[in-house]
Amino acid sequence: MSTETNSLLEPKSTEQLLDAEKFLQAYRAMRTIRSFEDRISEQFMKGNIPGFLHLYSGQEAVAAGICLLLDDNDYVISTHRGHGHCIAKGADVGAMMKEIMAKQGGLCDGKGGSMHIADFDKGMLGANAIVGGGPPIIVGAALSAKTLGTDRVGVAFGGDGSSNQGTTFEAMNLAVVLKLPAIFLFENNGYGEGTHASYAVGSRDIASRAQGFGMPAYQVDGTDLFAVYETCRKAVEHCRAGKGPVTIEANVPRFKGHFEGDPQAYRGEQEVEKLMKDQDCLAIARARALKEKIVKAKDLDRVDQEVAELIEQATEAALAAPAPDDSELLKNVYSSAY
Amino acid sequence: MPVKTYREAINEALHQAMREDSTVIVLGEEVSGGAGCDGSRDAYGGVMGVTKGLLPAYGEARVIDTPITESAIIGAAAGAAQTGLRPVAELMFMDFFGVCFDQIYNQAAKFHYMFGGKAQCPMVIRCTTGAGWRAGAQHSQNLTQMVTMVPGLKVVCPTNAYDAKGLMLQAIQDNDCVIFVEDKILYDTSCEVPDEMYTVPFGEAKFYREGSDLTIVAISNPMHKVLAVVDRLASEGISCDVIDPRTTSPLDEEAILESVETTGRLIVVDEMTPRCGLAADISSIVAEKAFDSLRAPIRKVTAAHSPVPFAPNLEDTWMPQESDIESAIRDVLEYA
Ligand SMILES: Cc1ncc(C[n+]2csc(CCOP(=O)(O)OP(=O)(O)O)c2C)c(N)n1
Repeated sequence: MSTETNSLLEPKSTEQLLDAEKFLQAYRAMRTIRSFEDRISEQFMKGNIPGFLHLYSGQEAVAAGICLLLDDNDYVISTHRGHGHCIAKGADVGAMMKEIMAKQGGLCDGKGGSMHIADFDKGMLGANAIVGGGPPIIVGAALSAKTLGTDRVGVAFGGDGSSNQGTTFEAMNLAVVLKLPAIFLFENNGYGEGTHASYAVGSRDIASRAQGFGMPAYQVDGTDLFAVYETCRKAVEHCRAGKGPVTIEANVPRFKGHFEGDPQAYRGEQEVEKLMKDQDCLAIARARALKEKIVKAKDLDRVDQEVAELIEQATEAALAAPAPDDSELLKNVYSSAY
Repeated sequence: MPVKTYREAINEALHQAMREDSTVIVLGEEVSGGAGCDGSRDAYGGVMGVTKGLLPAYGEARVIDTPITESAIIGAAAGAAQTGLRPVAELMFMDFFGVCFDQIYNQAAKFHYMFGGKAQCPMVIRCTTGAGWRAGAQHSQNLTQMVTMVPGLKVVCPTNAYDAKGLMLQAIQDNDCVIFVEDKILYDTSCEVPDEMYTVPFGEAKFYREGSDLTIVAISNPMHKVLAVVDRLASEGISCDVIDPRTTSPLDEEAILESVETTGRLIVVDEMTPRCGLAADISSIVAEKAFDSLRAPIRKVTAAHSPVPFAPNLEDTWMPQESDIESAIRDVLEYA
């Protein structure tokens, strides 16, 4: 096998590939995800959000990094931890907030909620509450792209836990067999609920397992926006050139519990505090961008301010919005009259 | 007698079964929790806390945290069951059946028959079911009907803590694959549960109330709504036979038929979608075998024919509610 298609690359963020405009775009996405989730966490505590919340906090650079390379025509499919992917793909934050609060005007009319949030106008094919449910579907999206002769790519986000699921294996193999423009993007945050990846993932790592299927696989430090971008650029170019699928394993921290309210007894002492101090992708990106003089501090402060206002408005509007009408229950079970 | 919750009752049954029989093992995602982590082991004790304490008592060889691999969990349990162990496998949410259904209905359910009675599959699959948690379409379904229709599987749906313990001990002893359906709304409900080991036999319905005007059969959580309504209506002189089949396979047809033969009226209540479901099944059995006794049309009170919606008001509309049960009762009583 040639090293071209099977090398396990680990790009370091030595090149500076992001100009001010791109960096600000990514930074805005990351900040929006963080602020959005901080706010919904708070609203959840106040009892204003029903159901479950699985937060993405700590992993923002991954969603932001790859989505810089995608447009509305490209597809992503997400996991139960989907807010970040949705925001980075350009979904309307106000409609997301309404969806999560089960209100009219929500992205899925209040039928989906946090775990099933989707925005088809933005190529976001849905958060998926079935672990391993997404990869086969993104293979289908990549099959459409190839069959219809477009240069679209499909990205399936997944966790380290999902990498063990049979559906994921089957999807990866099929993508290789059919040479489809699919990216399997594993965000390895070390945990599948309260089970560690070092216990649950039997291979040395996820990337080398993916190589076994016959596709190139990269590992990247997911707290480094620049490295994520550089790695994803290679993967997206590979796919758009019709060379078949790619796997990326991004190592990231998970700042929150598996779900909001998770007591996290399985975590080590001070573990989260340490991660938040040393591995915060927002702080790391900010520091690097300032050091390399890509942007000025006041540009970043302005983004922070604008995002804060956006989240404030989205929250107020969602709180004020009415619940869906009871008559909506049987709407959309079928797409034509039953 | 000590009062225990549904959660504690199942936990106690598992403890006792494991203590008695060293071939009983428990496996599944997070059945202890914390595997490979720096913090405490047995951190979850199952995501619903039902298997808590088993790991410290019986060790990692018998309380096995698995990766997220439902097909492998169920298939491994079936293979182990065929070869000398008595596995209790946990599938966190019944909604995840889809991932591993082949291992359930083509493998575990068929070994005994397909291999001419030479193989046995003494395993239990525990799963949680039921709406009301605002958990959306992929974490709220009750799919009991899907397994009830599979020959070779036994299906258990305990509605209270006493039954949960006795049925679990029976299930672990049983030599067939038993699907043990736990309604997540019930975990914190409690009743008197003896400390000692006892079993509740399969295929033996329980009468919650005895009455003469109509028969109500209810499965799982809706039973509690039925009881609330029936007790309210008792003051109006309405008298109901309230039957909990406890196991949907085998089904205690006899109890249901005998009751309908005296009351002449039947309502079946479950929290599943209405088509091809348990309510439909029980209705058809009664229509076929007790037609002459019927004085009114049979009424089914089920969930709506839609995926479970997320919004709380929609989910409440989706679920069978007390008001639906009450109007069904008034409806069938209008027939002379
Ligand atoms: C098929 C299936 N099995 C189990 C679950 C329960 N569950 C939800 S999230 C999760 C852990 C997923 O871990 P990972 O893929 O690493 O993603 P992360 O939560 O770390 O983002 C589990 C076991 C599920 N939703 N679907």
